[in-house]
Formats: sequence, structure tokens, C-alpha cells
Amino acid sequence: MTLFPVTLTAARAQRHGKTLVGPIDLGLGGAGVTAVIGPNGAGKTTFLRLLHGTERLCSGTIRWHCSTEEARHHQAFVFQHPVMLRRTVLQNLCYPLALRGTPRRAAEDQARDWAARIGLGDMLDRPAPMLSGGERQKLALARAMITDPALLFLDEPCAALDGRATREIEDILHTAKAKGMRLILATHNMGQARRLADDVVFLLRGRVHETGAAQGFFNQPATPQAKAFLEGDIVE
Amino acid sequence: MDTLWGGLTKAFWLVVTRDSDLLEIALRSLQVTGIALAIASVIALPLAAFLAVRRFRYRRTVIALLNALMGLPPVVVGLIVYLLLSRSGPLGVLGLLFTPTAMVIAQVIIIVPLIASIAHQSIRDLWQEYHDLLISMNVTQGQKIRTLLWDCRRALLTASLAGFGRAIGEVGAIMIVGGNIDHATRVLTTAIALETGKGDFALALALGFVLIALAILINLAIHVLSRTEREGRW
Repeated sequence: MTLFPVTLTAARAQRHGKTLVGPIDLGLGGAGVTAVIGPNGAGKTTFLRLLHGTERLCSGTIRWHCSTEEARHHQAFVFQHPVMLRRTVLQNLCYPLALRGTPRRAAEDQARDWAARIGLGDMLDRPAPMLSGGERQKLALARAMITDPALLFLDEPCAALDGRATREIEDILHTAKAKGMRLILATHNMGQARRLADDVVFLLRGRVHETGAAQGFFNQPATPQAKAFLEGDIVE
Repeated sequence: MDTLWGGLTKAFWLVVTRDSDLLEIALRSLQVTGIALAIASVIALPLAAFLAVRRFRYRRTVIALLNALMGLPPVVVGLIVYLLLSRSGPLGVLGLLFTPTAMVIAQVIIIVPLIASIAHQSIRDLWQEYHDLLISMNVTQGQKIRTLLWDCRRALLTASLAGFGRAIGEVGAIMIVGGNIDHATRVLTTAIALETGKGDFALALALGFVLIALAILINLAIHVLSRTEREGRW
């Protein structure tokens, strides 16, 4: 299934009459990792949600290479604060497969395999809401990836995690990228963006301020605002 | 004090000697309440989930109405059901008046709003927690409701138990529609009302203690079987 390229034309999201992001004109290609960066309130999460379809588009268009329904079917989203179903680790992993009608035995086999990959193989029967922050985020990531989506959105997946948990999650993301999964990642962590991203979308006040290849952006940002942001200055 | 003690002693002997009348009315109480609870839960729990996840124009009004109906006066329900089922009423042809079925109908009407209101609050809270995840997973409305009902099952059990408590202790409505007929529609609560009217306070109290013991035992059994306390946090 080819989702890309995706083209946003004057895309805008509004809530209670206030524009959260947009108008955005942007095209995204079909490979690698895109890091969406910007200061707090720039609209990173809303931008991701708009693309994913969980935030209503109030004007403009988002055109995928396939139909919007098909595109939605081949996407997954990992939230900043992972939502755990009140079930065991195994049942959380089986859930998206069950939604797609995978037979129970096959779903459990796949879930066990994924649990082992993320280091939760010996916690299958543990209630997911009782896991630590890092374990919950890894589980959320595995649950999102278990259906093998073509596109994975990650909203600050390593916020509030320690170095070890961050590395484990980045390893999983590197593997996914190597297998051809398209990743769009909102992050505050510039180190993580440098390690993972192939290209960057820099948002400011809800609009795309600068885009480009990651290396070029980090080494030689084109705008003074992006330069100031990368230098750690306060950008509003 | 003597009456209370006499009631306790009598209750003890009624249970120990396995009094046949007591067994019959206790079993009928459980049967009528059990059936009413099952029917009410089948109606109320999906309704609660639907109200939690579905947005429609008069949703808030429906929820407010449901909450208000928690305090529905049983005697009024009994009267309405009586009029509906009486020979001259629209459902009189069914011949259900003064049968356990009529008692079940009245109890269902009384406890559906109670179970639905309590369940709705729990499901609404869980829906707030799950909202983004389930929307992002593109779940259908049916899958959404099934997921919420399953993951909320312990809270829903509490809602159902509240309905059970209300139903098994109900007297006004079932007295009107059941008629308290010996060996036909007499249950523990109507028997208590009858014995109190006759002035046999010791027997009325004895039946009351049996009723309380039954309600507590059933609640405890369900809590233990469903491991509510051990796994209630998730």
C-alpha cells in the first residue's frame, strides 16, 4: 500500500474559533523519518493529529496517494502519554490485531514475539496500567507497530523517559525505519531529532516555518528563528 | 429490644429448620430479582455505553432524565404497570397481572435508570481515557462500546449490584402488580409487609434479617468471584 506522497494544501485546524495550526502547504515523501520540531504551542501535536485524521480539518485539503480511509487503515499513532487498556500486556498487544479480525492464536503468537522484542516477554500477564513509564511507552510502541503500519506517528515518544528507555525506543524506531516504515515524529529533543530524522519540519505559531533535509537544517538553518531555536534561545 | 432479639432467634430457627415457606418465598425473591437484574443489565449497560460515546442533540437531556429517574417512586411504577397489565389496560390480554412476570417488569423499570446512570459515569470516565487511542485505531462504534463495557466490567458489576440491592428490597411496586398471593407471588419484602400488618413483628423481623443476609451474601459472593478488590485498580 502506497500512502505517499501526501500533500497538504492550505490545511487548517481550528478549535473554539481559534486557529491551532495552518494554513499549511506541505508535501511529504514516502521514506525515512520526518522530525516535527518547534517551541511549545507551535502546533506539533495538532499537526500530527491533523495528518492522522484525529483532528478535524476545518479548511484546506490533505491528499494521500490512496483514499483517506485506506490511509487511515495503514497508520498508527503513539501518544506522548501512552494510553494503556485496562488489560494485561498480552491483551494490549493482541487488541489491534483482534480489531482487524486476526485469529486469537495467531494474534497471541505475534504478541508474544513483539513482547520479547521490546523486553516485556516475562510480563505478559501483568496489568499494563501497572507498568513503569518506559515499559508503558515501549508497549504502546509495540501495540502501534504490531499491525505493521506503513506510517507511524510518534508524539514526543521519549518525553519524561530516562536515557536507557530512550535508547531502547530509538533502537526499535531504527529497526522500523530500516524495514521501510515511514515515521513522523514530533519531538522537543534535538539530540533525538538529529539521531533519527532524515528531514525536518520546523513549526512556529502553527505554521510551517522551515522544512528541509535534517543535516542541512541542523548545520545551516535558513531562517533566524530556526537558528535561534537550535541555539536554545526562546522563540515565540 | 425483646422484639429484635425474638426476630433474630426466629430467623435463626427458620433457617436452621429449613422452613419450607421461607425457602419458597426466598427463592421466589431471588428468582424475580435475578431475572429483573439480568434484563435490566442487558438494557442499561449498552445504553450507558452508547450515551458515553455517542454525541447527539438531546444527549444531555437524556442523561439528566436518566439521573432523575433513579429516584422513580416504586409505588407510581407499580401503579402504571398495574394499569397497563390490568384487564382493561392495553396489555391486559397477556394476563400477566398478579404473576411473577409482572413483578419482573416493574423491577426492570425501577432499576434500569439506576444501573444506567451509575454505569454511564464509569464508562464516560474510561471513554475520556481511551478516546484518543480508540479514535486513532479507527474502531467502529460497536467495537468501541464492546471495549468500554469489557474494560469497565468491574465498575459495571458495582452498578448492577446497586440495581440488585434496590430490586430485592423493593416492596411498593411488586405488592401492587404481584398482589402478594401465597405460593404464587409472595416474596420476602411483601411477606414482611404482611406480617407487620398482622402484628407478628418477630416473624417480620426474622424475614427481614433473612433478606439482609441474602443480599449481603450475594454481594460478597459476586465480589469474591469477580476479584473486584484484588484487581479493581485496573
